[in-house]
Amino acid sequence: MSSQTVTRETVLSLKNVSKNFGAVAALTDVELDIKAGEVVALVGDNGAGKSTLVKILAGVHPQDVGVVKIAGQEVHLGSPSDSIKHGIATVFQDLALCDNLDVVQNLYLGRQLRGHRLDEVTMETTAWELIRQLRAKIPSVRIPIASLSGGQRQSVAIARSLLGNPKLIMLDEPTAALGVAQTAEVLNLIERLRDRGLAVILISHNMDDIFAVADRIAVLRLGRNNGMFKAKDTSRKEVIEAITGSVDNAVTQRAEAHSK
Amino acid sequence: MSTQPTDLQDERLTINTGLSGAIKKSRDRIKSGDLGNLPVIIGLLIISTIFQFLNPFFLSSANLSNLLMECSAVGVLALGIVLVLLVGEIDLSVGSMSGLSAAIFAVQFVRNGLPIVLCILLSIAAGAFIGWLYGQIYNRIGVPAFVITLAGLLGFLGLQLFVLGATGTINLPFESPLVQFGQQAYLGHTFSYFFAIAIAIARFGLGYYGAMTRRKAGLSAPSLISLALQSLFIAISLGTIAWYLNKSRGIGWMFVFFIILVVIMDYALRRTSWGNSVFAVGGNREAARRAGINVKGIYTSVFILCSTLGAIGGLLAAGRLAAAAQSSGTGDVNLNAIAAAVIGGTSLFGGRGSAYAAPLGMVVIASISSGLTLMNLNSSIRYMVTGAIVLLAVSVDAVARRSRTSHGRG
Repeated sequence: MSSQTVTRETVLSLKNVSKNFGAVAALTDVELDIKAGEVVALVGDNGAGKSTLVKILAGVHPQDVGVVKIAGQEVHLGSPSDSIKHGIATVFQDLALCDNLDVVQNLYLGRQLRGHRLDEVTMETTAWELIRQLRAKIPSVRIPIASLSGGQRQSVAIARSLLGNPKLIMLDEPTAALGVAQTAEVLNLIERLRDRGLAVILISHNMDDIFAVADRIAVLRLGRNNGMFKAKDTSRKEVIEAITGSVDNAVTQRAEAHSK
Repeated sequence: MSTQPTDLQDERLTINTGLSGAIKKSRDRIKSGDLGNLPVIIGLLIISTIFQFLNPFFLSSANLSNLLMECSAVGVLALGIVLVLLVGEIDLSVGSMSGLSAAIFAVQFVRNGLPIVLCILLSIAAGAFIGWLYGQIYNRIGVPAFVITLAGLLGFLGLQLFVLGATGTINLPFESPLVQFGQQAYLGHTFSYFFAIAIAIARFGLGYYGAMTRRKAGLSAPSLISLALQSLFIAISLGTIAWYLNKSRGIGWMFVFFIILVVIMDYALRRTSWGNSVFAVGGNREAARRAGINVKGIYTSVFILCSTLGAIGGLLAAGRLAAAAQSSGTGDVNLNAIAAAVIGGTSLFGGRGSAYAAPLGMVVIASISSGLTLMNLNSSIRYMVTGAIVLLAVSVDAVARRSRTSHGRG
């Protein structure tokens, strides 16, 4: 990857993004830059504005003030389809899959090949290609989503977001509901996305996951930027201090209490 | 490994090949709550056995031929109900819609003397407009479809009476094409056998083409033998039905028209992106919205189609009755249409069902009605029996749903 470092373009760039909900300032002057082939973890306490930021980028609700640039071009993300059009794919925490449909139907939800008639054969072969590429462990693409495990569903949701050839993929708490092995599977998946040259935003509360895959860690606190760390040169303590906003916080106190 | 088709390579898949495999596969499916058409077919067998035992005329060619004609008009309404149930909503007003459509047709055709094609188009347009209106109220104001269509049930019944005016019933001339279609048009020998064979050949041709494309793409496909056996089975069973019904009047064109609508709807539901979107909205509305599906558009299209089918059903009923009456589309018409959709296997919980639920369920309803009429029982018993069967069908749906959840079939 190091040879590409020089030429890697900035995929997404946020400048002075703010969003108010009535009297509450959910986001204030937030800035963020992400390059292709980079995993940025977005962390922060509850109410720090992570979800608001995700929703702005996913086109659920637009920002009040500020500029969103995709590949240097200013864009307006007014609806989910706007975001998809501009190459931003979002995998929501609840995955937004239809349990009554099979894997292929879920992958192609809201998309169509060749006009209005479905090309089932092409859809099925593409689904298999995608699943093989991600090395996801799905036994059959013609079984309903309801019969898959949590990790398998996550793979389907990620595979679906890849169909539109996105430049940026946002994963909201992808490992929150998963077991140890399934979590490792999803982390492998994130590395494969990065190796394919995608920019990845990973929203997570889990420090282990973040330090395992993230290149940089962006901290939000009370709706503002509160530090950007390189995962290689930083410690968990520093990140936690940035999240909680003080050296003396509940996490450090617990750590001290246990060491005594 | 490389000789296996792409979709069967996973070692965890149980691969069932051959005849015994096919039987095992369908047994597993039924056990896990994916019942398909099985409850209806068993139900039909029980119903026909009982009625045949009580009155030997029940399974006679003449009665069955008449039964198929009787179920066509309400069957078209049931097809519309299948659609709204698939998106997890309900339309209680299809009966009123069919009555209104019949009234509009009769007034324009008999009283105002407009050309018949124009009258038919006017009735259908009224159906489409009312469906559009439902969609707008549902999407923009957010009133539940249950309430909107309950208002429609009353409102359009009133409009039907208003359109018919003081005289009430308007008789349609016996020579008019619509009445001929509803009462006199039967397929005849040549056509019925031709259709039976054509359908079997089409099944084989399409199946063969599909299997070739799948095999070329490296996917599993049904074997030539199983396709040929299937087509042979279709040809023989359709041929036998045609032969038996041809002993009396035969198969009515109106029933063929109903089945053509069902086949078109089945294709639209299973093979188009619109159909996939309908299932997605019924399964998980929020997921469908986030996937970029125009959810409001899907709701509107479904309401429009349901009301339009209601209008078409009303025209068929008017043709069958040779009149548009104040009682057209009232009484049990609404509930029969909804019951047929549910009995046919459409889930009330949304996202599950097929276009074939309409004819299957409708044949059950029409059989009960015909059998009880043959026994000279009045409508009081008929209502009670139909009510019990609807309850049974919904219970089967609810139990199957629980079983599906525990077997991971969604």
